[in-house]
Amino acid sequence: MLGLEKKDFRLLLVVIGLTLFAPIILNPFPAGSEMAQFNAGYPDLMQRFVIFGIFAIGFNILFGLTGYLSFGHAAFLGVGSYSAVWMFKLLSMNVLPAIILSVIIAGLFSLVIGYISLRRSGIYFSILTLAFAQMSFALAYSVLTPITGGETGLQLALDDPRILGAAQTASGNIPVPALFGLEMRASYELNIGAWSFTFNTGYYLAAVMLVLAFYLAIRIFRSPFGLMLRAIKSNQTRMSYTGLNSRPYTLAAFVISGMYAGLAGGLMASMDPLAGAERMQWTASGEVVLMTILGGAGTLIGPVLGAGMIKYFENIFSKINGQVLHDWFGFLPGGLEDFVVTIIYPFVGKGWHLTLGIVFMLVVIYLPGGLVQGGQKILAALRRTKTDDANPGASKPAE
Amino acid sequence: MDQFILQILNGLDKGSAYALIALGLTLIFGTLGVVNFAHGALFMLGSFCAVTLSKFLSLSHKIVDETRTDFLGNPMEVDVPYVHDWFGVAAGDAIIDWAVPLSLIFAIPIMIGIGYVMERGLIKHFYKRPHADQILVTFGLAIVIQEIVKYYYGANPIPTPAPSAFKGSFDFGVLVGFDANAIIYPYWRLVYFFFSLVIIGAVFAFLRFTTFGMVVRAGMADRETVGLLGIDIDKRFTIMFGIAAAVAGLAGVMYVPINPPNYHMGMDFLVLSFVVVVVGGMGSLPGAVAAGFLLGILESFASTSWAVSNLPGINQVIIYLVAIIILLTRPRGLMGRKGVMEE
Repeated sequence: MLGLEKKDFRLLLVVIGLTLFAPIILNPFPAGSEMAQFNAGYPDLMQRFVIFGIFAIGFNILFGLTGYLSFGHAAFLGVGSYSAVWMFKLLSMNVLPAIILSVIIAGLFSLVIGYISLRRSGIYFSILTLAFAQMSFALAYSVLTPITGGETGLQLALDDPRILGAAQTASGNIPVPALFGLEMRASYELNIGAWSFTFNTGYYLAAVMLVLAFYLAIRIFRSPFGLMLRAIKSNQTRMSYTGLNSRPYTLAAFVISGMYAGLAGGLMASMDPLAGAERMQWTASGEVVLMTILGGAGTLIGPVLGAGMIKYFENIFSKINGQVLHDWFGFLPGGLEDFVVTIIYPFVGKGWHLTLGIVFMLVVIYLPGGLVQGGQKILAALRRTKTDDANPGASKPAE
Repeated sequence: MDQFILQILNGLDKGSAYALIALGLTLIFGTLGVVNFAHGALFMLGSFCAVTLSKFLSLSHKIVDETRTDFLGNPMEVDVPYVHDWFGVAAGDAIIDWAVPLSLIFAIPIMIGIGYVMERGLIKHFYKRPHADQILVTFGLAIVIQEIVKYYYGANPIPTPAPSAFKGSFDFGVLVGFDANAIIYPYWRLVYFFFSLVIIGAVFAFLRFTTFGMVVRAGMADRETVGLLGIDIDKRFTIMFGIAAAVAGLAGVMYVPINPPNYHMGMDFLVLSFVVVVVGGMGSLPGAVAAGFLLGILESFASTSWAVSNLPGINQVIIYLVAIIILLTRPRGLMGRKGVMEE
């Protein structure tokens, strides 16, 4: 269906289901209970899940398929954010033109950078993209202040010359981004018993974009174009010996993934209409690399999982402080409780980056395919034990 | 003219740091073929060796000084560092004052040890994996090292002064016949420059004039053949990794008075050092050193008010711009060896 094989269609349905019911799935604990701090179903975090999911899907089209490791992808996200905010300032508060412009501008930007960077491969490509991103960051931070707002970032003001729509609302406030009147920050609260769920307009817009982005990614993965990209990854020299010029293919992949990043940047600005230079810094580029590798580079669902996991840990794990730990381990005898808390404390709260670093290293060392590969391994092991139980002795045919 | 010399001098200290880190990176890359993203973290660890030693030497206990009184009229409590008790007041003060240079002695074995453990424990398993995996695992390691340092030392920069003998500035202009105060240069930066020259010289001499160095150079050129001659080249490469770590660490120790260390300084330097290595040419030691100084001086020239007023923002991007131009016009970098990572 929709041009997809049965297996891929099922995967798409799973993603649609997960994004549609995310406000419910992510809030499994009743509000006000002890465990409520593990609820991730508030709009701000859910928006970040899907936006970084889109970013990581795009990065995966480049890295997962062609093997080109870009260390400067955040630049496109930043450019997308800036162009969206400018669209809010100059045209209208409708998010649609803003998102379209941010995708186009990020695409043009990645066309230029990709055209130059893709002349080299391997580590040189990584350094070139890193250099371009750092240059964009440094310029946005200093010289381009009239366009980017410099250190304070680009924000909406009360006297923006908006062509369509008023500069101020009737009450004298800055208008909020909306989709044909549907405000992005509007939320509907649903209370069932002790549970409360928040359904947010902005989140659902981003979720629709995620589903579209995911669908497009499946189509790219299964297309002849995707196959060509994989061939480039496995042996570029052989590709050129067969008389194929691989540059147009890699450039197309680079521009597509740059446009994904621009879409993510535009959505980010639509949820909260401001843009800052720190979105382009190389640490931000490093983050999307972490997400993709952690989830599983080259797999369809991996990057989304990785993005969700990192953002969840960033927001939830970092809230656990010493007091919370003492509450949890209060059942242990005094000395042991202090000991356990001392052991765990460096890894949570402010130290969650340490946990991230260790998990990332373990994944790179033992699971080059990321969490998806880990899941597959576990499933395979389970299946093997099951068949072994069913017909012992008959599982190994003669060679 | 005096401005010209001043900018060259200004570029030298940053250039020295770039050159030392790039030298270590190239040593690791040339011997083991590993792209080490954790090298900046080693530089940072060196800095924190100096911080730790100076903190340790300043440990003190309180005694009551009967001769002085505080504002309430009670006998005043004064802090007395333990080194005063051990070595006497004058010698103790001198030791505290010279904490940063003294840490060099401690940093060398510590850094070699860290390098050895890192290579045997982690990097050894990544020789056969693609470069992307090496980048990623060392990137993860750098995050872990950073966070451990952050946990123990906090997120703020820790100022640690240079010995008082090197405080203040040196009027370089008078020496070469300019007016007084035309070229003012802090003493410690001069020390840092000469220190880096000594280290670079020592590394080159070690590789050039010792049997060990000769074997290592042979191994860099053709690892397999050296192995066939019955030499345990892996062991020597491990030691070279330790030496590269020590070079980065020493660069960090001496950089402490110039720039108060914080936990993410390594990453800031790493990005630039990689650019330096690539400009100099992957696998070329003289290239790394030359490019380090060259880019340091270029950066300093680009920061002059003349350059900034003519080309706004040039001071922020000059290094990256040079790197992009070099990478596109000279695929091997300035002095890259033929056949090393050309692609």
